[in-house]
Amino acid sequence: MKNAYTWGGILVVVFASVVGDVLLARAMKQVGDVHELWRRTGLWAVVSRTLGNANFFLGVTAMAVAFFSLLFALSWGDVSLVAPASASLTFIGNAFAAKIFLHEKVDRRRWLAAVLVAAGVALLAG
Amino acid sequence: MTFRKYLVLAGVTVFAAAGDSMLSHGMKQAGSISLHHLQNIILAVLNPWVAVGILLLLAFFASYMNALSWADLTYVLPATSLGYVLLALVAKFALHEQVSPLRWLGIALISGGVGFVAGGPALTSHDHSKSPPFDSAQGKPPAKDVRNGAPPVGSASAEHDAPAVSSGVRR
Repeated sequence: MKNAYTWGGILVVVFASVVGDVLLARAMKQVGDVHELWRRTGLWAVVSRTLGNANFFLGVTAMAVAFFSLLFALSWGDVSLVAPASASLTFIGNAFAAKIFLHEKVDRRRWLAAVLVAAGVALLAG
Repeated sequence: MTFRKYLVLAGVTVFAAAGDSMLSHGMKQAGSISLHHLQNIILAVLNPWVAVGILLLLAFFASYMNALSWADLTYVLPATSLGYVLLALVAKFALHEQVSPLRWLGIALISGGVGFVAGGPALTSHDHSKSPPFDSAQGKPPAKDVRNGAPPVGSASAEHDAPAVSSGVRR
């Protein structure tokens, strides 16, 4: 039963952080290249355009949900399981979500990178 | 990829690793926090390690947003995962902790993944329709076609329209 809670918590963490990453990535693509924008319109325009973006706020909210559900999951399960499992599953989940929702061309090179990094993170944090 | 962009990616990596380790160090000094003693969180912020850690994580967030404005999510995430490697190296050489063979394997896997993704393009998605270069590119060709007149116009404008239509569909 405790195991089910732990894995449920991990899944909530992974889901919330993937949603947050995708929303933040979409928000910044809508804002446009920050370097170019800064040069043309100044720093203040960059900041106000970012903070005024609805996806940015939704993304930050999802990140906050991910953070607090991580705290809950950590109180239910061991750090050595919760931390690496949620970090490495987030990498894999992000690769799927970026392909589906952000239309990124996730080719073999990027799949391999996501899988290698996910495995490496699991080993390091485990 | 310009030098400045590599600098931003390095910033994401270093700020995240440094911020996390400072927070971790500070929170161990501040003691554990429970839901019944939430005021301890405010006291924890007064710890200099925690305060600097929070500032560094804000810097991380700013450079992460910066990177996402010109690169794919599936590029930025693996590229900045070198922070995990950095933390392990700091643990080994600065804190003199034991790094097990399994962890060295983890470091090797992450570095390999970073190498794979760094060899490819940074940006593959073009669904940000507001970016200026695209608008001007779509705006100019029809004007030229009108001046040229005659049959070639049809084929030329068809070529110019193709990218415009496909990017329109993605919106």
